[in-house]
Amino acid sequence: MTAATPVKTQYEAIIGLETHCQLSTETKIFSTSSTLFGSDPNTNIDPVCMGLPGTLPVLNQKVLEYAVKAGLALNCQIAPYSKFDRKQYFYPDLPKNYQISQFDLPIAEHGWLEIEILDKEGNPSRKKIGVTRLHMEEDAGKLVHGGSDRLSGSTYSLVDYNRAGVPLVEIVSEPDIRSGVEAAEYAQELRRIVRYLGVSDGNMQEGSLRCDVNISVRPVGTEKFGTKVEIKNMNSFSAIQKAIDHEIERQIAAIEAGEKIVQETRLWEEGAQRTISMRVKEGSSDYRYFPEPDLCAIEVAPAQLEEWRSQLPELPAQKRHRYESDLGLSPYDARIITDDRAIAEYFEATIAAGATPKLAANWIMSDISAYLNKEGLSITQLPLKPDSLAEMIKLIEANTISNKIGKDILPELLKQGGSAKALIEKKGLVQVSDPKVIEAAIDQVIASFPSELEKYRGGKKSLLGFFVGQVMKATGGKADPKLTNQLLQAKLEG
Amino acid sequence: MIDREQVHKVAHLARLDLTPAEETQFTEQLNGILGYFEQLSELNTDDVQPTTRAIDVSNVTRPDRLEPCGDRELILESAPDRDVNAQGDFFKVPKIMNAD
Repeated sequence: MTAATPVKTQYEAIIGLETHCQLSTETKIFSTSSTLFGSDPNTNIDPVCMGLPGTLPVLNQKVLEYAVKAGLALNCQIAPYSKFDRKQYFYPDLPKNYQISQFDLPIAEHGWLEIEILDKEGNPSRKKIGVTRLHMEEDAGKLVHGGSDRLSGSTYSLVDYNRAGVPLVEIVSEPDIRSGVEAAEYAQELRRIVRYLGVSDGNMQEGSLRCDVNISVRPVGTEKFGTKVEIKNMNSFSAIQKAIDHEIERQIAAIEAGEKIVQETRLWEEGAQRTISMRVKEGSSDYRYFPEPDLCAIEVAPAQLEEWRSQLPELPAQKRHRYESDLGLSPYDARIITDDRAIAEYFEATIAAGATPKLAANWIMSDISAYLNKEGLSITQLPLKPDSLAEMIKLIEANTISNKIGKDILPELLKQGGSAKALIEKKGLVQVSDPKVIEAAIDQVIASFPSELEKYRGGKKSLLGFFVGQVMKATGGKADPKLTNQLLQAKLEG
Repeated sequence: MIDREQVHKVAHLARLDLTPAEETQFTEQLNGILGYFEQLSELNTDDVQPTTRAIDVSNVTRPDRLEPCGDRELILESAPDRDVNAQGDFFKVPKIMNAD
């Protein structure tokens, strides 16, 4: 009775990302104005970034250092000879009518980064995504449209050039990405890396990290790429994932319906959860690059390169591997702990002070993270220092205090810091592990509840919990729970 | 050499609105300039490395030290137009047409 189902064509998506990342310098890439976000309009401008006649750009040393470090962290080759070029286009966000960028000799090329995706069971799958190039360039200004920019009555736009000349690196991936999840993970790993390096804050809401996606689909097994569509305007990792998954479906549906995919730029509309076409005239991407005559070439000396390389921290992927293989953390725990460098360093300091890695990870990921979120604090601002957390964990491991007492005293430690041991002693919370003391408490409890004892002995074993609770109450919560259980059971059985 | 069509295209990219007479004129003038540079092709450059600039100096950089310019008013004032409603804080430019 089975009807023949037509073989459905399987498609795969070919995805590449272009990421613009703002470098965390004090001043602009070629001039000494501030890069501060949120300043009043046109307060951070100067003759150089405004392209006034007779001015000369000079490269910010920190921009070069940060770009090289980012290139090294992305396993790139650093160019022995690099230069800047002018990219010509006419748009009012660009005061000079050209953007200083890098064309054929970018500072870094041929790199990769590793992404890690966990399935529902927490099993990791890892994949290397190629990094085609990383280059330095200046950002453009910001157009502000008076009122609604769709309003046909408006005859002008307003421009704020504070952002013009803010240093960026553009990082271009190879078309190695196959899904929305992979793209979002690539962008997150990129952000982790630049944050670990301290070269960018990676803040997507403020535009410090902006991703454009190139995407095409093709039937599985074919060599030829489909027509490429660019998507812009995604300002969160989940938006990247959703926009791509939506666009893959849209392209497959179009192909199945016999339509042609048009090469175009589409905008992600977060509200409507869809991409819309933003028709761009043909030929508008004719940028007529030529070497920037106002800037010298860059030849990073080998000694300089090695110095910068030696300053790189251990990167998130390296930490994840080490936490799993050397410290025995699960891939999930390793991923959470390494997401933020400050948290990873706090964790490392805690285990260096003698805490068991798994226990330290648990405390940091649960109670401590919850407290940081609630109070809006960074872990570096936390009064509870790693050595004190380690001290508390060791007290629990040595059975000096129970896990519950640990949880009870944690709020005070989080707020005030100081020694866990001193606090426990001050509060008289040291765990009672002396069988004689516990047995005495048990005898007293059993004597006080004869009818419960009778019911227990008559078969109502669930009353054990009640007796444990009473013993705990009698000892101020200090009795060793495990030992209490054992001794109590023996006594109850009579 | 450059032809009229290329001149038209470059003018369009530069947002210049040329009359047909100007297109003819600029095609001739640009060809004159390009022809002059063409003389360089007489030299044999087989053993010369490609070069991107005339002066052989690399790695000129400056420290990342903040020095606000202080001439904001002068810069805003020298633009053709500024916004009067928003306390004159913005440069004012013709409305940007979306490509569609």
